[in-house]
Amino acid sequence: MNVSIIKYNAGNIQSVLFALERLGVPATVTDNAEEIKASSHVIFPGVGAANSAMPYLQQRGLDHLIRQLTQPFLGICLGMQLMCTHSEEGNTACLGIFDLAVKKFPDEVDGLPLTVPHMGWNNLTQKKGPLMENLPDEMYAYFVHSYYAESSPKAIANTHYGLDFSSALQHRNFYGVQFHTEKSADGGAQILKNFLALTS
Amino acid sequence: MLTKRIIPCLDIKDGRTVKGVNFINLRDAGHPVELAVQYAAQGADELVFLDITATNDNRKTLVGLVRDIARHLNIPFTVGGGIGSVADASALLDAGADKVAINSSAVRNPQLINDLAREFGSQFVVVAIDSRQTHADEALAAGHMVHTHGGKQPTGLHTQLWAQEVWRRGAGEILLTSMNTDGVKQGFDIGITAAVSQMVNIPVIASGGAGSMAHFAQVFRQTNAAAALAASIFHFGEIAIPHLKDYLYAEKIPIRL
Repeated sequence: MNVSIIKYNAGNIQSVLFALERLGVPATVTDNAEEIKASSHVIFPGVGAANSAMPYLQQRGLDHLIRQLTQPFLGICLGMQLMCTHSEEGNTACLGIFDLAVKKFPDEVDGLPLTVPHMGWNNLTQKKGPLMENLPDEMYAYFVHSYYAESSPKAIANTHYGLDFSSALQHRNFYGVQFHTEKSADGGAQILKNFLALTS
Repeated sequence: MLTKRIIPCLDIKDGRTVKGVNFINLRDAGHPVELAVQYAAQGADELVFLDITATNDNRKTLVGLVRDIARHLNIPFTVGGGIGSVADASALLDAGADKVAINSSAVRNPQLINDLAREFGSQFVVVAIDSRQTHADEALAAGHMVHTHGGKQPTGLHTQLWAQEVWRRGAGEILLTSMNTDGVKQGFDIGITAAVSQMVNIPVIASGGAGSMAHFAQVFRQTNAAAALAASIFHFGEIAIPHLKDYLYAEKIPIRL
């Protein structure tokens, strides 16, 4: 197994590296196309803004590269949002792997204020597929985000915060999670293990 | 459903955990990394590390300690103490911190909140507010003023107005400590916590005064606090986190078990 973590202008890479290290899995942080293509698994983490991340990826041709990858690919948080079609964050066209829009949480729902960002531990419902195996029925994950991917039949996990949204997605070899697997205690580690067990 | 967070706070001095009573008379409560991992295993939702000597002694937070914590901890954590610039915060982010907390430096230079939020996103920026009710006879939240330097220095800022300002400037969370209740173990300061958590549309962490499990239920019922923080009662084993969470769950508070 050789895992690549895509290097770009969004933080949080160190936390993902440490989470993999706790699982005994070394990883390379790289923006080199050949290195990424040759790896068995690709992780696309991110904490930052869609409207600064997308131009960065485009300038380096990483947007085209990502779409062409065929090995198991996991976007985390902003990474997952960038895999959608469009984000309201800076009105940004994204990678279009998931045919879904990314929207901003409303300030209020049914007249009640909604605290934004959605920050903290929330549960995953309607979990399905190989990424969500061997998890407790009541699985809580750690979220920090102000934008969400709309709910969809393609979701492999759903979460409710003011409204229902897709907390995990899958399309072919492409997986995305809105929560931080690397910060979601034992359940998060299990999801990373499940991802690393996927084969091309 | 989003759950209420239970957050042990580890005050750090010289690389060790300490907790003072009313911020004075420090006692040693163990090694930070050991404690952190233990808390995560027990079900703590998040941890806060405050380098309490950093501001007074002009010491920078130990990036090495943060890296060591990040390496071993599988839940989120915030680091505060002596962060006065984007560069300070950037070093902590690179070391693996999920958020930074700024306190005195935000009062001194409020623009720092905007700068950090723009550079790293609001989710990375916690503003810690140490508040003291200076006129004890006034009702609830009235007369609450912001203090800095471990609660020793009054700033002339009204707590509620300052809370609104930090929210508008881009803070992603407020860590609100009442200096009146801190260390006294008679319960959180419901008045100021309710007032602040109603005025801002970002999560508020209630801090200062936890002495019993019932105090946690009270602050979650009577205020909009998203999280409650405590230190000594956890460090000295007076309340075990699994017991606290079982209790809150039974009390119908949304909690992660």
